[in-house]
Amino acid sequence: MLVVEGLVKRFGGFTAVSNVSFKVDQGEILGLIGPNGSGKSTIFNMLSGTFPPSAGSIVFEGHEIGGLPPHRIINRGIGRTFQIPRPFRRLTIFENVELAGYYGQGGHNRARADEAAERALAMVGLPTDRQSLVDGLGAAGLKKLELAKALATGPKLLLADESLGGLDEHEMDQAADMLRKIRDELGITIIWVEHIMGVLMRVVDRVMVLDHGEKISEGLPSAVSSDPKVIEVYLGTDADATQAAAAEARR
Amino acid sequence: MNARLAWPVGVVALIALPFVYRDPYHLHILILILIWSFAYTSWSMMGRFGLVSLGHGGFMGVGAYVTALLWNHLGVSPWIGIPIALVCAGTLALVVAYPCFRFRITGHYFALVTLALSGIVLQVITATRDWTGGSLGYTPERTKGNNIVALQFDDKTVWYLIALAVWLCGLLIWHWVDRSMSRYAMEAISEDEDAAAAAGVNVTFEKLRITVISALMTALAGALYCQYQMFISPDTVSGIAVSLQMVFAVVVGGIYVALGPTVGAIITLLLAEFLRIFFGTKAVGWDNLVYGVLLVLFIIFLPKGILGSLLERVRRRPPPAAMPQSQAAPLGRAP
Repeated sequence: MLVVEGLVKRFGGFTAVSNVSFKVDQGEILGLIGPNGSGKSTIFNMLSGTFPPSAGSIVFEGHEIGGLPPHRIINRGIGRTFQIPRPFRRLTIFENVELAGYYGQGGHNRARADEAAERALAMVGLPTDRQSLVDGLGAAGLKKLELAKALATGPKLLLADESLGGLDEHEMDQAADMLRKIRDELGITIIWVEHIMGVLMRVVDRVMVLDHGEKISEGLPSAVSSDPKVIEVYLGTDADATQAAAAEARR
Repeated sequence: MNARLAWPVGVVALIALPFVYRDPYHLHILILILIWSFAYTSWSMMGRFGLVSLGHGGFMGVGAYVTALLWNHLGVSPWIGIPIALVCAGTLALVVAYPCFRFRITGHYFALVTLALSGIVLQVITATRDWTGGSLGYTPERTKGNNIVALQFDDKTVWYLIALAVWLCGLLIWHWVDRSMSRYAMEAISEDEDAAAAAGVNVTFEKLRITVISALMTALAGALYCQYQMFISPDTVSGIAVSLQMVFAVVVGGIYVALGPTVGAIITLLLAEFLRIFFGTKAVGWDNLVYGVLLVLFIIFLPKGILGSLLERVRRRPPPAAMPQSQAAPLGRAP
């Protein structure tokens, strides 16, 4: 479905992503992990068109999409959420999602946008009325809204950026189940970027690990979490440190 | 229900007014209020979405001067001259705005770029004084009596009705944008361009579209002002002072409500007339001073403007006649 080859992003003299290649198959959930600054979000920003790659190719369903503007990429069927929720506070919850449903699907049909908005809101468990305001939402609610916006654009591939930061354990489990439900019920392929390994490993089919902008490991969750390279650069050198890091991230 | 009825009744009353009440001075003030209300409404089309332009004096000047120059030098009727002037203003808007939006020049920087636009148009008008009369001003050649081809009318009633029609068109465009998905897109863009783009909005296109609509309307206001007053000068239809006057009037009246710019026009024009009548030539330029002070006060104490704040207060207060049950209904969740 998605084939990325030799992806590079340089900001001035700093190389944020160097020569990363990977594939995503139809219907899978790919986990993308790595420490802060490892280039996860940069890869997302290139996939979603926020900025163009410095080199390399991104082929989605047989078409090169590297360097296309964001709205064109979304219209092709790649939706995204942001690490920190970015709701439009001057619009109601429904309008936020309706907007995404309208423009995300080409910007022609308002009735279809309303339908998509209602479905997306119901899916994530937010109220589907037209009056509720964004200001009434807490951290978990804002994450759900972020997800609903992405879903309303009618994606085939969903880029979910660290969707669990700031949630408690129960909310994290719910959110993880939500992503699986989105894949199972809507058939949407997902790339999930996350700090918190525990929950991610439970849900994803495959994991890719980044460090300093390079891919250092890829494979099944069980194989990757026992890969010595991953343990060294990402998890620390021993098991205690791993747990400490996970607890830290959760806070 | 009330608002539904108020609109047609108000419009009919406004149309009937010049046939009942014929005081030429008062009609003159009303015409000016309508033309400037239209200009301010045009500015607020952008301003309400955080696109603060200080270049609208430039668009107004293009509208006025291109129309007048075509008439005087080439004998082109304003009926053709005005569309040409609009095309010029639209092109100018594209040339200035596209690079700004493409390279994401926003906020204060966008205001500065458009400020330069005001300055440049003013400079061009004064520098080409052999054609435009420079800072002394310019007069379209006068034909006799009412002349439809020349768009010149002695009769103030005709001008009043033209200005009224154009002002109503301005309100309709405002309303149309307000009800469209474009409004959502522009609200989203004004909050967070990246997030708007991630929702599928073509940010550059949406911003350009509203800018061009706003510039075309402003240029039309300039052309109308020129045809009505039969005298234009860089100070009255172009330049930075006019641009600032637009910002001031809209902020005072209310930037987020349809009639806010109109309320702003009424206040600014009456203020200017009041100063002129009571202080005469001694008070030339005082209105700008008063504007400046008032602008600061409004931004601090009444950021939604006079009309915006009033409407908000009315809406918050429950209607006294309404039954308690029906009051709760619109607040509760929809089934």
